[in-house]
Amino acid sequence: MFLKKILKDDRGGQVFLTILLVVSLLVPLLNLVVPEGNAFHISTYTVTLLGKYLTYALLAIAVDLVWGILGILSLGHGAFFALGGYAMGMYLMRQIGDRGVYGNPELPDFMVFLNWKELPWFWHGFDQFWFAALMVMLVPGLLAYLFGWLAFRSRVTGVYLSIMTQALTYALMLAFFRNELGFGGNNGLTDFKDILGFSLQTDATRIGLFLASAIALAFGYLACRAIVQSKLGRVAIAVRDSEDRLRFIGYRVENVKLWIFTFSAILAGIAGALYVPQVAIINPGEFSPLLSIEMVIWVAIGGRSTLYGAVVGAILVNFSKTYFTGAFPEIWLYALGGLFIFATMYLPQGVAGLFNRNKEAQA
Amino acid sequence: MSALDTVREVMRRDEVFEFLKPDINPNLNVSKDIILYMEDVSVSFDGFKAINNLNLYINDGELRCIIGPNGAGKTTMMDIITGRTRPDNGTVYFGQSMNLLRMTEPEISNAGIGRKFQKPTIFENHSVFENLELSMKCDKGVWATLFATLTGEQRDNIEQVLVKIGLQDNAMQRAGALSHGQKQWLEIGMLLMQRPRLLLVDEPVAGMTHQEMEKTGELLTSLAGEHSVVVVEHDMDFVRSIARKVTVLHQGSVLSEGTMDEVQNDPRVVEVYLGS
Repeated sequence: MFLKKILKDDRGGQVFLTILLVVSLLVPLLNLVVPEGNAFHISTYTVTLLGKYLTYALLAIAVDLVWGILGILSLGHGAFFALGGYAMGMYLMRQIGDRGVYGNPELPDFMVFLNWKELPWFWHGFDQFWFAALMVMLVPGLLAYLFGWLAFRSRVTGVYLSIMTQALTYALMLAFFRNELGFGGNNGLTDFKDILGFSLQTDATRIGLFLASAIALAFGYLACRAIVQSKLGRVAIAVRDSEDRLRFIGYRVENVKLWIFTFSAILAGIAGALYVPQVAIINPGEFSPLLSIEMVIWVAIGGRSTLYGAVVGAILVNFSKTYFTGAFPEIWLYALGGLFIFATMYLPQGVAGLFNRNKEAQA
Repeated sequence: MSALDTVREVMRRDEVFEFLKPDINPNLNVSKDIILYMEDVSVSFDGFKAINNLNLYINDGELRCIIGPNGAGKTTMMDIITGRTRPDNGTVYFGQSMNLLRMTEPEISNAGIGRKFQKPTIFENHSVFENLELSMKCDKGVWATLFATLTGEQRDNIEQVLVKIGLQDNAMQRAGALSHGQKQWLEIGMLLMQRPRLLLVDEPVAGMTHQEMEKTGELLTSLAGEHSVVVVEHDMDFVRSIARKVTVLHQGSVLSEGTMDEVQNDPRVVEVYLGS
């Protein structure tokens, strides 16, 4: 009933969720049931790759919500993604226990290496999954709230805000590179063993993570869609189109921006938390401004302000990235640039725009 | 005040403590029949005095036209009333008790002052109906907005305004696709949805045909009485057709005030407008 209401006018979303459902039923089947060597077998490597794409897609939805709907071009969403990832990484680190290289049951390897005697205060609690899961949402959410509270109240908009978000993620990257901060410096957190008692190396856990990513993506999409469908969504689009008018109508624009931005950061954090166990490492490189810009390119190529377009863009670009960096590593960046130019010139509304144009032609 | 008096003041049972009293009185008080007071208001931008000792009083329910040459400070005056610009000194009160200088734009809007911009500003990507829906007077907090549903009463209200501004056949059309005149009406309709007590209308007939102008005039005059309306306009014919009382601004202060005939025969006004 609720589902029907929020997807009523969203053909693209219906198609996307159907495909997602089919894929998440098919992939485990083809991986676990179909024997290796069969043409239809999907390797565990591919499953993990697909799971990674799904977390990117969730991140792209979060970016699209603030950029496409609310009109804030955030060039720092990688920061929230990475913070969510670090929170999960800390949990996974604590799960290693005494199986690390140094065999210290309390301290992760890098702390032993740095000659630390006891766990820093902010590492406490991360041995509990529920606590880590809470932090995955709380840390990015709080950072976004604080940042937004300062920026939106002072009415920083447009390109200035974009630059500030960029600076935010850059500053965090520099901070996380430092060993003294207590997050493993430039090596980051890695060498994870298991999650919730399941070994990360087994096929079943990989499938589980893939399914968790698919479910998170579906719920994330529905939540964003529910916001867009509500009156708040119409207000958000009004913020994008004419912020001043909205203020004189009596809306507190800064609050609208603040809450949607925070929600988007939380989604990005969840995406990061699902990403880390699948790629088995998190390091400060994830804070790199370049990655945050890449996210915006996913959304631009997929089609801004449609939400499902962001999913298409994220998967399309990352699939090509996997292909190019494997086959022709040196031309990947040219290919990305070319894709972006192509999209801006011939697909101003992204791949989703193509879809809509066909629909209009039929009508 | 003696200690005893202070204690008595603190212990009074008919009032809350001083620090608990809101800065902004939530009730509009028009018992003196005046809805807007602007007294000794001055504002300067980089040394240029845009508003200079302006004194202006608007009666409850009146339709006031404000005219004046370019740069007379008409739009700046509206900016001050709606909270966009803070004056250097002076006081601005809405009714007897609401100090507009201490309120933000949304607070002023929710208190009952609606504003139409010089250039029609509407939400181009929303339908006409949605434009009105967004402007509706209701709880505009984030949570309330997220879970808002349209009641039958609200829907009726929107329909009524649609009829009033003559856009009932365009309700589902994208607002950006409306003609210039229709956009102006839609913006007036958006003001009406807020149920304001005071409407500030900046150049409502700029770029309109004669027919459209006539219709706009009718619309504005029909609003006076229930609402107070302040119209800033350049078009003298239009002002003559609707005005009962006209205020002439010049170099940031009031030059003359009265009926259209009185104002037009005022030698100072003639000098300013004709430069002779």
